[in-house]
Amino acid sequence: MTNIIDLTLDELANKIKSKEISSTEVTSAYVDRSKSSKKLNTYVEETFEQALKNANKFDNKPNFEKKLPGIPLAVKDLFCTHNVRTTASSKILENFIPTYESTVTQNLWDAGAILLGKLNCDEFAMGSSNETSYFGNVISPIDNNLVPGGSSGGSASALAAKLTPATIGTDTGGSIRQPASFTGTVGLKPTYGSCSRYGIVAFASSLDQAGPMTRNVKDCALLLEVMSSFDQKDSTSIDFKRPNYSLKLNKNIKGKKIGIPKEYRVDGMPSEIEKLWEKGKEFLKECGAEIVDISLPHTNYALPTYYIVAPAEASSNLARYDGVKYGFRAEGENLIDMYEKTRSQGFGDEVKRRIMIGTYVLSSGYYDAYYLKAQKVRMLIKNDFDEAFKKVDAILTPSTPSSAFKIGDKKDDPVSMYLNDIFTVPVNLAGLPGISIPAGLDKNNYPLGLQIIGKPFDEQGILDIAYSMEEKINFKLKTNDWWIK
Amino acid sequence: MSKDQYLIEKNGNKYEVIIGLEVHAQVLSESKLFSSSATRFGSEPNTQVSLVDAAFPGMLPVINEFCVRQAVKTGIGLNAKINKKSIFDRKNYFYADLPQGYQISQYKDPIVGEGTVVLDLPSGPKTIGIERLHLEQDAGKSIHDIDPSSTLVDLNRSGVALMEIVSKPDLRSPEEVNLYIKKLRSIMRYLGTCDGNMQEGSLRADVNVSVRKVGTDKLGTRCEIKNVNSIKFMQMAIEYEANRQAELLEEGNAVDQETRLFDTKKNQTRSMRSKEDAHDYRYFPDPDLLPLEFDDQFIENIKKEIPELPDQKKNRFIEKFRLTPYEATILVSDLDTSKFFEKVIEKSDVKLSANWITGELFALLNENNLEISESPISPENLSKLINLISDGTISGKIAKTIFEIMSKEDKDPNIIVEEKGLKQESDPKALEDLIQKVLSSNKDKVNEYKSGKDKLFGFFVGQVMKESKGKGNPQMINKILKEKLNG
Repeated sequence: MTNIIDLTLDELANKIKSKEISSTEVTSAYVDRSKSSKKLNTYVEETFEQALKNANKFDNKPNFEKKLPGIPLAVKDLFCTHNVRTTASSKILENFIPTYESTVTQNLWDAGAILLGKLNCDEFAMGSSNETSYFGNVISPIDNNLVPGGSSGGSASALAAKLTPATIGTDTGGSIRQPASFTGTVGLKPTYGSCSRYGIVAFASSLDQAGPMTRNVKDCALLLEVMSSFDQKDSTSIDFKRPNYSLKLNKNIKGKKIGIPKEYRVDGMPSEIEKLWEKGKEFLKECGAEIVDISLPHTNYALPTYYIVAPAEASSNLARYDGVKYGFRAEGENLIDMYEKTRSQGFGDEVKRRIMIGTYVLSSGYYDAYYLKAQKVRMLIKNDFDEAFKKVDAILTPSTPSSAFKIGDKKDDPVSMYLNDIFTVPVNLAGLPGISIPAGLDKNNYPLGLQIIGKPFDEQGILDIAYSMEEKINFKLKTNDWWIK
Repeated sequence: MSKDQYLIEKNGNKYEVIIGLEVHAQVLSESKLFSSSATRFGSEPNTQVSLVDAAFPGMLPVINEFCVRQAVKTGIGLNAKINKKSIFDRKNYFYADLPQGYQISQYKDPIVGEGTVVLDLPSGPKTIGIERLHLEQDAGKSIHDIDPSSTLVDLNRSGVALMEIVSKPDLRSPEEVNLYIKKLRSIMRYLGTCDGNMQEGSLRADVNVSVRKVGTDKLGTRCEIKNVNSIKFMQMAIEYEANRQAELLEEGNAVDQETRLFDTKKNQTRSMRSKEDAHDYRYFPDPDLLPLEFDDQFIENIKKEIPELPDQKKNRFIEKFRLTPYEATILVSDLDTSKFFEKVIEKSDVKLSANWITGELFALLNENNLEISESPISPENLSKLINLISDGTISGKIAKTIFEIMSKEDKDPNIIVEEKGLKQESDPKALEDLIQKVLSSNKDKVNEYKSGKDKLFGFFVGQVMKESKGKGNPQMINKILKEKLNG
């Protein structure tokens, strides 16, 4: 029999339903492997005991109608979980235990899944390497000196190391797709408004979306259909008919028109990425799709626009962490002193940097020049995509401009770090769905990903394209379990 | 320029006072603007607080449609433009009783635009412009006097819906401010959109004051006086502030644009922060909320719910009941008064009812510091009393005696009349006997009268009344007396 941890989410669900394996066996396997994988620093909070109890409970009274029957899942520590510590990887929430559950995680539990633990991420999801976490950086299972990407770095690392059969992340500017690309896994950012933001620690409200991170495209479709729901508790949630993505998954993409945006051919991009992109085009053609050259003229402005909009919203969203009501408080001589000490000690450097940028761009006298202008450019970027989608069904780009980098390499160079998100950020600004799939390896055998961007609410379309490409690419993630003692 | 204009005089120079008001009116609603928490006043601290109100991580605001309807309703009552699309913005500042670190308000695109409120001045009606009305959240309350070393925070009020109603700088005196606030409150109470209770803080105002020399057009530099919570204090603050500014100008100094506080102990305003120290609120559209949009049908449906408002009611009272504008203004100024009046006139004479309510009843209420809703005399019983006068059962004088009894015990006046035997004597035979008795015992006065001393007629009336123990029908006494004396 295959090792339990090698089974995909879809296979696990089927084997549990057919009673080939029990939830307890699956949960034990993941708990054991997680326990021996501490070196990767993926978990912020482990709920192994509770998970085993819940697995036992499931086995005693199984419900095989559920989509994720008794399947253990670890989730990014940005999702608030009832009675389980939720930190956003920040000192300021180090001991915060919510009395409520995020809608997305509730959807998982309602589908039969079991919480395995909370996964490390960049502090408040601000970062692209998982080096800004208060709980220390996460190591990629790909190599012992490699970042897993970020901000959902703990999720990507745990997934690639097989510490969880699948996981969920959040993506504000690429935080699902970039780490997926770095770790040879699949990550999807849904259309803005698909997954409820209720109970997710907010970073930038107009950009944040939760999404699935999985080992293959089918799992991605399955997890997405469980996560995605209309939620009246989130005013930006959109009420549209959500298909059963996994059941409708279709490899036939004959006649689909796929756009190749010329602006994504950036200076200094490694030739390996260029080649990967070419290879992707070839695969698509082989699948019967038509390749169309398109232009997204405002692409160059996406990154600066993002680094105005996201910090602006973040500076306001993080104002609630003030030491008054919950979370970390440093004693002060008066209210202002307490605020200053609490926030100075409670937030890390990257979070402080973004709060300061955000505060600056919203300040009187600068608002028009920065925030207002950024909103206008955001509109132009969205219009670019609208125009492109009149000609094509989806767009193919590299997921990142490089493969994973070494720990510490970009830590002190924020701009070079930000440049990592150059291909993913426009998708968030336009509110579109985007998926990253593993597509090859670079010269160091580090994974590289391709991104497929779809029309609003056309998650099915990009999943289908990804599904057909996946077969052609036939990517196999190989790790030698070097981190297990 | 009328001669009763309110002016500040310094060294023979006359200054006009320019006042604009920002009124914060709490929306009458069971639940808060963006959460389902209750809004009851006076509840135990922190018992009406949801996770949203306390700004827990990941919590999101969801607009309460009822509060939107209330704001639109108020806008209609202010004859204002209703904006079918408005935007909620975040006003960012740190304070212990502001859990989110920002207040959700409306900045550039309010729900209600320009409108008007008409004041009934003694010199005639005056229209005050409304600049805008927007919806926003209230903050919590910081309590500094319970714990000696810490400030305590009560979040019951956090997130409660407020309407900020901004007037144009059209007010010119403390008295106009008084009438404006009362009119605004009256309109909102008619609409049921704000209870207007200033003691409980459901109506508060910031007052903008500037002065300019009479005859000049340019507006002077204004000062904003924050959060004055009674009309009396508002008037005192304006008076003090106008004088202070006029003095500054007379001394050749400039008025600084600043925010000031009214010290109710010293009856003075003092500087709170200058323009330079003003908060930079970093307003931007709240990304957690979509723009607030509705269609004409939504507005039309609300229009159907609008009751008769004070100005319309006043005109109806004047036209239909022939009340004087003065009487009508008084009777409609307060919703409960108008309701009381309309209840009384269901069965009673209108003019007499108006007189009794604005006269005896108001005097009684004033004396005991009562609202009309707390009146010791019910409208039903007052109506019966008035009918007893109309049908001649009792005289006006007796009616006052009965009114006094009723004020202590809200009893049916018919029963009082019975019990105390206060029924008016209108039997001509009985009255004739009484008159005969008076005339017989005052023969010398009768002779004087007959020789031309007409003024003695009143004396005879008085004597007959006395003889009847006040119950004689005055009209009949007059009539019979005349016949007897002149016959």
